[in-house]
Amino acid sequence: MGGTAAGPVPDASHDFALWEKRVDALMVLCSGLGLFTVDGLRRVLEDMGPDAFASRSYYDRWIAAISQNLIEAGTFTTAELAERMAEVEARGQTYADAAAR
Amino acid sequence: MPHDHHDHDHDGLSPSGHPYRPDQDTGLSYWQTMEIAVRELLIDKGVLTAARIAAQIEAMDARSPANGAAVVARYWTDPGFAAALLADGTTTVKEMGFDLGPMHLIALPNTDTLHNIIVCTLCSCYPRNLLGLPPDWYKSRAYRARTVREPRRVLAEFGVTLPEHVQVRVHDSTADMRYIVLPQRPAGTDGWDAARLATLVTRDSMIGTGLPKTAA
Amino acid sequence: MPTPLHAEPGTRVRVRDWAPPGHIRTPAYLRGHIGTVERVLGPFPNPEDLAYRRPGAPLPLYRVRFAASDLWPDATPGDTLEAEIYAHWLEDA
Repeated sequence: MGGTAAGPVPDASHDFALWEKRVDALMVLCSGLGLFTVDGLRRVLEDMGPDAFASRSYYDRWIAAISQNLIEAGTFTTAELAERMAEVEARGQTYADAAAR
Repeated sequence: MPHDHHDHDHDGLSPSGHPYRPDQDTGLSYWQTMEIAVRELLIDKGVLTAARIAAQIEAMDARSPANGAAVVARYWTDPGFAAALLADGTTTVKEMGFDLGPMHLIALPNTDTLHNIIVCTLCSCYPRNLLGLPPDWYKSRAYRARTVREPRRVLAEFGVTLPEHVQVRVHDSTADMRYIVLPQRPAGTDGWDAARLATLVTRDSMIGTGLPKTAA
Repeated sequence: MPTPLHAEPGTRVRVRDWAPPGHIRTPAYLRGHIGTVERVLGPFPNPEDLAYRRPGAPLPLYRVRFAASDLWPDATPGDTLEAEIYAHWLEDA
């Protein structure tokens, strides 16, 4: 996107939510274990296209890239991820409830 | 809008100087659900442990612009260190206790005629192992798109206006290097020690979107 | 793959004007432009391999300096831009 037109640089900043810090930790630790490279994550991020950049947050996109790379690495299957996401969702309406098992 | 300022002037801020964002009691998002599921699968399969993830978060939280400020202040006060930092940034900051991991660091000195500014147009590369996680605006489409094309306008939005005889050099962090800008030492700080000088070094001055604070 | 360029600081280089699909770490706004090697880095594994789970062939990486006015017609004269470009994306200019 270098060199394209865009509006003012946003002034806002926020501290990182716990789930965002966990996404970052999973990225660092799994790449350290050789399960994927940062380039593999970037490839998935780019393949999402510009719409994803507008509609999803930074860490939304990163957890999607991490899970895609882990499926490619054979760490878990798509079905295992789907099943676990359904379980997590059934635990409650908030992050705190859903993260408690 | 000097982006550094509003981060530091309030109570109720996190150690990294940002307002806390509530995340525990809002509606669960699809992507949060995915994070929980991925993390649990990695733990259940023995790839990671909860303790290891917590330790990584703690290690990242401990990194902040104060680390970079210590590097800059020493660069201002220790000529031997300054020469080493310019020759081999990676090794020199590692000897100060700041390990960049697999990344390499290039230190970019500002002068009376040169102002450096860092961007990553391809993603969000940032010297995170030195300065902590990047601010939101660094990752924004606007900053990434415009900084290479109109750096002086971007700088003006950050409250930095440079005369035309000062060359602006944009560094697009495209590959394996990471960068830190070494701002010029503020006037009126003769005799200050490194610890006192470090209090003048802002995060933005090390990205190139700001200048150090002036000696009060 | 074309033979990766071996350049020294000061070598004038042109960024290849390619536009392949997939993961590339050569920004589009630099393609076809001429710059000067500022320093030699690496070797580093080719990210175009790493992105697809293949071991990356080691390549020289160059920091290339461009005149901003060569990239953008409305740039302030004298301003510059530097980026890291892998050797196979450069040719002798």
